Amino acid sequence: MTTEPTTQTPSPSVAEQVRVPGRPAVRLAGASWVLRLRMLAVAVVGLALLVLVMAVNIGRGDFPISVGEVLQVLAGGGTRAQQFIVLDLRLPRSLTGVLVGAALALAGAITQSITRNPLATPDIVGITAGASVAAVSVIVVGGSYGALSGPLADIGVPVAGLLGAFGTAVAVTLLAWKRGIESYRLVLVGIATHWLLLSVTFWLLTLGDVTDAGRAMIWLTGSLSGRGWEHVQPVALALLVLVPPALIGSRVLGALQFGDDTARGIGVRVTPARALLLVSAVGLAGVATAAAGPVVFVALAIPQIAMRLCRTAQPPLIVSAVLGALLTVTADLLARTAFGGAELPVGVVTAVLGAPYLMYLLARRYREVRA
Amino acid sequence: MTAVSAVNSGGIVRSGSDEARLRAEALRLAYGENVVVDGLDLDVLDGTVTAVIGPNGCGKSTLLRALGRLLGPQGGQVLLDGKRIDRMSTKEVARILGVLPQAPQAPEGLTVADLVARGRHPHQRWYRQWSSDDETAVAEALRKTGMLEFAERTLDQLSGGQRQRAWISMALAQGTDLLLLDEPTTYLDLAHQVDVLDLVQQLHAELGRTVVMVLHDLNLAARYADRLVAMRDGKIVAEGAPGDVLTEQLLRDVFDLDARVVPDPVAGTPLVVPIGSRHRT
Amino acid sequence: MRGHVIDPSPTPQGAAAPATNVTRAGDVRAMAARRRRRLLGLAAVLALLVVACLLSVAVGAKQIPLDNVWHALFQPTGTEDDVVVRSLRLPRTLLGLVAGIALGVAGALMQGHTRNPLADPGLLGVTYGAAFTVVLGIYALGVTSLYGYVWFGFVGALLASVGVFLLGSVGRGGPTPVTLALAGAAMSNLLYALTAVVVLLDSQALDVYRFWKVGAIAGRDPDLVVQVLPFLVVGLVVALANAPGMNALALGEDVARSLGHRVGLTRGLGIAAITLLTGATVAVCGPIGFIGLVVPHVARLVVGADYRWILPYSGLLGATLLLLADVAGRVVARPGELQVGIMLAVVGVPFFIVMVRRRKLVRL
Repeated sequence: MTTEPTTQTPSPSVAEQVRVPGRPAVRLAGASWVLRLRMLAVAVVGLALLVLVMAVNIGRGDFPISVGEVLQVLAGGGTRAQQFIVLDLRLPRSLTGVLVGAALALAGAITQSITRNPLATPDIVGITAGASVAAVSVIVVGGSYGALSGPLADIGVPVAGLLGAFGTAVAVTLLAWKRGIESYRLVLVGIATHWLLLSVTFWLLTLGDVTDAGRAMIWLTGSLSGRGWEHVQPVALALLVLVPPALIGSRVLGALQFGDDTARGIGVRVTPARALLLVSAVGLAGVATAAAGPVVFVALAIPQIAMRLCRTAQPPLIVSAVLGALLTVTADLLARTAFGGAELPVGVVTAVLGAPYLMYLLARRYREVRA
Repeated sequence: MTAVSAVNSGGIVRSGSDEARLRAEALRLAYGENVVVDGLDLDVLDGTVTAVIGPNGCGKSTLLRALGRLLGPQGGQVLLDGKRIDRMSTKEVARILGVLPQAPQAPEGLTVADLVARGRHPHQRWYRQWSSDDETAVAEALRKTGMLEFAERTLDQLSGGQRQRAWISMALAQGTDLLLLDEPTTYLDLAHQVDVLDLVQQLHAELGRTVVMVLHDLNLAARYADRLVAMRDGKIVAEGAPGDVLTEQLLRDVFDLDARVVPDPVAGTPLVVPIGSRHRT
Repeated sequence: MRGHVIDPSPTPQGAAAPATNVTRAGDVRAMAARRRRRLLGLAAVLALLVVACLLSVAVGAKQIPLDNVWHALFQPTGTEDDVVVRSLRLPRTLLGLVAGIALGVAGALMQGHTRNPLADPGLLGVTYGAAFTVVLGIYALGVTSLYGYVWFGFVGALLASVGVFLLGSVGRGGPTPVTLALAGAAMSNLLYALTAVVVLLDSQALDVYRFWKVGAIAGRDPDLVVQVLPFLVVGLVVALANAPGMNALALGEDVARSLGHRVGLTRGLGIAAITLLTGATVAVCGPIGFIGLVVPHVARLVVGADYRWILPYSGLLGATLLLLADVAGRVVARPGELQVGIMLAVVGVPFFIVMVRRRKLVRL
């Protein structure tokens, strides 16, 4: 005990390396990570499924294209007609689904970790409700009173959603600000604002005629219908900007799961870290909501599902993003094809698919512990 | 000098000096309006084990939080190696000084190995999350606390004593010269209390770590610390070697406790024997 | 005190007794003061509630002076004012009263049982369960009468909350706050999605749904109130009987058990009460949010952590808030009116935010 050969010897060779059970390492030059096989497997399987479901989704439609042909076109081959259908018509919709799903799941994973509350989603700062009020206003006012013509309303809805989301997030933050942000106060103010805006949204629904209410309802449920490249670009851009800080911050996220004292003790600047992560979550969710409406359930359930699949103590970010994309695209495929001619909003199917699975996982996990 | 510090000085690796590693000057600490500590001065000397004792609510834990920059002072300052601790980057501090709060909380389902590895945070970058140095330090910390065999267990599968050792292991993995421990022996039976304090002793003796801990058990504090700091109502009442501090008069002043102080038959340090109402004459 | 001998008796009890007596006398005095404050507060809230009731009867598209209100209530002669008061305003006020009490109490129960300050009764899936069965009744069975909605809504609310409760208690240790919350959220989302499917398929269902969803107490048949009243009364009784158990549960399940409480039973009764209270209210009025969320916080600010006081305070405050919001809804948009659900949000939210900012809310 008194002599410490391992600490005395500088840079022990790999063979002599003391191993910590349960944390195998991947080391490359100066970089090093823990190899989490289970997480890696879930991510890889998830990605493979995602590609497959995307290909099926792109293939389905008035002009059916086989999965193989879709993959060929995506790789650069195929006939010109196939290229047009796949690349110009159908790919953007699936891509929007992928990006929206990934962004929402990431945002949910971040907010759940920060608040240490499995029910927390970016809704806690009123994003969804803000976007909903703005978008439904445009739909109802544009529809009933003719103040906005059709095409203007088409562009207007996502823009209004974006402005509504960020306006609300800023307002909630300012309202909750009192010599800094305390997450408990932020959550309470956010929930209250969420309620207010949601009530106004449903009141707006009672103003217009039923057709407008129906259109608004589709938006409120979350839909990928008619999404083109112009919807892909902003979401992709936002993801490019916001995902790196979120991923780099994931290590900090782990520390934030402890109490604030412990996190500070190991050198985390708790307040700025929390603020930065929250801002990226808000950004991700806001952009996603603007693009597709509030696709329910992804931000809430996917992080919890990913956590239980990977058996980690906190929602894993990358796996959450992959599974979020997978759920959204799968839901879109079903929403388009499962009900014959009628197309459902994708948000309906994400909930119908996701909720029972979350319930199953809840039940199973606890039974395992008992056994 | 007491017998304890004579024993301690044998194994010091680092050159111990009289310089204060951690110093509080005219410290004023408050939660909102409620002032807990006012005008407190304290020097923590290099290579010493200091135990802070005092009745419940006297400001021990608050002082420890301020020393570990978890609580910003309303007045005065805390100096770490002569620099103001609140002006240093928190990561820089975390490489020199580790803190173990009183009731640390962790998410359910976290494994012991993952918990202890979190202690390496100040030494890591986002692209360097598990270097061989990290692994060595974590394995070493697990081994020292006897937690290596539980590495893959999750925290909720551990007993209270094991969980406490896992947390101490995390503080060890941080690899800091200074360690601030807030009641590291809570929830532990006597044997495990002695285990933990032996571990502290060993860190001090072999690696020259400087330790400040809040302890409730006066006898263990006297036995394992070089210096005792006795607090009451946010003020330091007495500080110095256990033999000098732990007197019958001080117990009456600080704890309102009638007690006899006799030499510990094993270590010769002061042993507190409370009288209690039943035997009061 | 410790320096000298208090009692020559060598037994510890003998020495301890005088000291405890001193503190006990102080405690008794403090407790009496607190009790008086709570009773005074209760009287104040009651007075406020009476004012709210009178306003609710008097104010509206047709203003009715207070002496005419009196006339209509106690010596009706069939004047126009009498008819308005007796057939419209009075049932509406009574409905507001019972709905407010039910929602306030249910909210306090919910927050207490989930130990989550953000929980409102909707968390058990009650609201969405009711919404789903209502639209399903319209779509699949062509139900059009208000009576039909109420019973469909009630059954949906009951089924959803029982489902959530069962789902949340699959694991060992029965229903825990976290599993309940997750199960409730999953169930709510699922039911919301299914509701969306139905209303998108059937525009008639959508038309009913969008007016039902905002929540209102106007234009409900008095008979409806009478029909759901038994459920509300049973729910209230169970809730009040649940209070001591909740006080114990607030200290943690282990402590509650060691004090001789049956944790599972307490939880089950609490959830039964929540279901009855919210289910009946939602069925008649639609989802009136916010009362269940905000009122318990106010009650806790006034009376502290004792559920035997929190529950009645929450009920009375809930009724007051609901009636005042309903009156405000008739004033701001005259000659039309805004539904009470909207007014509650518009009035309640700023109030709640100011409260959150001014004080540290009691944590659970």
